[in-house]
Amino acid sequence: MTQPTRRALLGAASLALAAPAWAQTPGHALLAADWPAVQREARGQTVFLNAWGGDDRTNAFLAWAGGRVQALHGVAMRHVRLRDTAEAVARVVAEKAAGRTQGGSVDLIWINGPNFLAMKEQGLHFGPFLDRLPNARFIDRLGKPSTIVDFTVPVEGLAAPWRMAQVAFIADSARVPQPPRSMAALLDWARANPGRTTHPQVRNFMGVTFLKQALHELAPDKAALLRPACDATLRPAADALWAWYDQLRPHLWRGGRAFPANGPAQRPLMLDGELDIYISFNPAEAAVAIANGQLPETARPFVLAGGTLGNTSFVSIPFNAAHAAGAMLVADFLLSAEAQAQAADPRVLGSPTVLDLAALPPEGRARFAALPAGPAILPPEALGRPLQEPHPSWMTRLTAEWEDRYGR
Amino acid sequence: MRAAPWLTATLFLGPLAAGLAGTLLPAFGYLPALGGDSLSLDPWRALLAAPGLARSVMLTLGSGLAATLVALLLVLGFCAVTQGSAWARRAQAALAPVLATPHAALAIGFAFLVAPSGWLARLASPWATGWDRPPDLPIPGDPWGLALVLGLVLKEVPYLLLMAFAALGQVPASASLRAAAALGHRPVPAWFKLVLPQIYPQLRLPICAVLAFSLSVVDVALILGPGTPPTLAVLVLRWFGDRDLALWFPAAAGAVLLLGLVLGAILAWRLGERAVAALGRRWIATGHRGGQALLLRALAPAALGLLLAASLAGLAALIAWSLAGPWRFPEALPAGWTLRVWRAQSAEIAGPARATLLVAVLSTLAALGLVLAWLESGAGRRLRALVWLPLLLPQLAFLFGWQVALVRLGLDGTLAAVVWTHLLFVLPYVLLSLADPWAALDPRYARSAAALGAGPWRVFWAVKLRLLLRPLLVAAAVGFAVSVGLYLPTLFAGAGRITTLTTEAVTLAAGADRRVLGAYAALQAALPLLAYALAAALPAWLHRHRQGMRP
Repeated sequence: MTQPTRRALLGAASLALAAPAWAQTPGHALLAADWPAVQREARGQTVFLNAWGGDDRTNAFLAWAGGRVQALHGVAMRHVRLRDTAEAVARVVAEKAAGRTQGGSVDLIWINGPNFLAMKEQGLHFGPFLDRLPNARFIDRLGKPSTIVDFTVPVEGLAAPWRMAQVAFIADSARVPQPPRSMAALLDWARANPGRTTHPQVRNFMGVTFLKQALHELAPDKAALLRPACDATLRPAADALWAWYDQLRPHLWRGGRAFPANGPAQRPLMLDGELDIYISFNPAEAAVAIANGQLPETARPFVLAGGTLGNTSFVSIPFNAAHAAGAMLVADFLLSAEAQAQAADPRVLGSPTVLDLAALPPEGRARFAALPAGPAILPPEALGRPLQEPHPSWMTRLTAEWEDRYGR
Repeated sequence: MRAAPWLTATLFLGPLAAGLAGTLLPAFGYLPALGGDSLSLDPWRALLAAPGLARSVMLTLGSGLAATLVALLLVLGFCAVTQGSAWARRAQAALAPVLATPHAALAIGFAFLVAPSGWLARLASPWATGWDRPPDLPIPGDPWGLALVLGLVLKEVPYLLLMAFAALGQVPASASLRAAAALGHRPVPAWFKLVLPQIYPQLRLPICAVLAFSLSVVDVALILGPGTPPTLAVLVLRWFGDRDLALWFPAAAGAVLLLGLVLGAILAWRLGERAVAALGRRWIATGHRGGQALLLRALAPAALGLLLAASLAGLAALIAWSLAGPWRFPEALPAGWTLRVWRAQSAEIAGPARATLLVAVLSTLAALGLVLAWLESGAGRRLRALVWLPLLLPQLAFLFGWQVALVRLGLDGTLAAVVWTHLLFVLPYVLLSLADPWAALDPRYARSAAALGAGPWRVFWAVKLRLLLRPLLVAAAVGFAVSVGLYLPTLFAGAGRITTLTTEAVTLAAGADRRVLGAYAALQAALPLLAYALAAALPAWLHRHRQGMRP
């Protein structure tokens, strides 16, 4: 950044309105700068996007997005492939502990759930920046409330949504013509078909989502799930869950002693014929994977009769990001109709958009209208309205209890 | 030049001391940046209360000791039965590619081979096994760590074999055996009685390095080891990566525990050596001339052949998957071949490939420079023990503290930090492979050159380097291969910003498409092989007009 730009930004900052109460970086010059100034500052920056790297299709999408922001805005993007999002959060926390309040090594994190909450509680987010992004006005906040409330935690503009996720199970219809439509029915099915279903290991978000999906069905008090877990609310819910899981586990793949590392690791297992049913976070998972030769042609998605959990993937900028301007540009590009339609393409990711299509200008809408459909995609009416994710503390507590019970 | 040993010592002591202190202090509760400002045993209490710790420690000890013992017994058995035969040479040549291959690529290839849906099951199904779907067997990742042990043996056998051949070249093995034969002793038992005691002292350090590595390895354990619970090193790494930084304290305690396990295992190994030596002396004293050792004659070469075949087939599986079209179980071969993955991934793979090359070339050059200056100065023999330390300590025990120091220096995630950290592991191997050829060079060459008026620099450049070009290039290839294969040092010093083919392949091994994983791992394996090939071809080409310089 050249000196005059910095001075101009600082000048703009002094004119800014008072920051909102939840601001984590109040008075940051970029939060007051107009968009062209952000674009000017971003040009030439290299944005380090820290994102879970276990899914090669998401990696490919992010690589495409990197190429586009380079072409459109002269911003380079590097995808730091994480084994677990927590690694990036830990890095930011460690930098804060070491006193590095600027020039941080993480510019943008793909984040939600407990990781988002952990950063919010420790004041590690840059922003609120969401409403500085030109494309933010097209977000479907009413129709997709998880774009503004993440796992019951208000996002408050500290992160920008970029894709919707909803639990959908995948079944190989050649072997499972009538898939079970509840977690209780899944237990009966597993008894009759031992070793043919599983869930990712519970330290992975997909694995603990499997437990949360069951929790939602089995917990006596569902409203309690939306509040932070305490011993009084956790015990009855968790007891019901573990009673069910104790019966299920022996009938899981590998006798419930080993688990796939993450969601995508289940695909080759179904392709090889090891699994007949598995959990995914993408209603278009089957369609995309079939197109890429990663699932058998007979793979089909299904959801549970009582509904399935849904949430939103965000990107957030750490408070000490070295390239916050570039990160804002990338976040805005991910919200553009171009990027959203690319992500929604069942040949790419098949992720439902976070945008309100009705609010888009016609050329933006046209991109979505041009997307192909297929037999392996659940139409929105079959998918149902997503269930709200429990408070992140449930995820943390369930993972700890699982490791205590079964990880010895 | 005389400063080289001391410069090296400083470059080594800094990271090691800062790293060990930066791990030891948090293990006892001291890390002011995170609010730990007094010493306490709380980290140890938290560590001991962690679910699965006891199993994890047993698994670590069991797999580490088993891998070392199996590898050593195989190597000794093979050396004993092939002593003096052409097979020894052939084995060395055949194992060279395995020696060059990074651990991670070998482990991924092995997994591609032995998994229930792996190549072996495909080749045998359904005609022999009756399987039209993969069997529900916990391989790899079995709770006993057998796949992990085998994966480690695959790589450690070629290394120990090379060390054993080198040691055998320095003792009068054949003469000893001829003398024994003249007294009526059978060759194989005589080898164990006469030759083994002569070469074992030279094998001790490599064996300890293998032991330390097997106990503390992370990448192979992530790929082939069990997950619930994993080995101690993987468990500790998980805590270091948790968003709850309070877990750094038990993680540091775990790293210190791992250090204790390694030191304890080395101590136990030394005690075991004495016990075996005492038994061996009694055996020798009985005067038995021994039998034909038919079983060993059959088993050792067969086991070694099997290992070699498994390694090469695993590498072939990597390449096959990266080029595979649709490949459904139980088809023995893909329905078609395609370059689609290589084309689609070329842009993404280029960055890590470039970083891998850059780090490997820079750290190898730095190591060569330091080692040559060190050897030339003739000083610092005592410092050599220090250089071995990074290979004998668990990487986790000092890399965490070193990373904290790098953050404080503002160096984390820089190329310099990664190259410096790689140097800790590259230099010992370069020194190891150059020291003997350097010492063996006839000093009369240098004297003649000096007598003809050449100054010390000219003698060094025009005579010594030229004469030692072959071992020099081999040392460079070894250093290059070591650097390419490093996982944990890259992960910690690179801070996620510098990623190599190794870190990417291990990340992808958690569950990405086998085609993509195959491409990364195949390229990771190819780079060191190219370096070895270059090291072999270059002297031949440079010396094409010099009859006397050809082997």
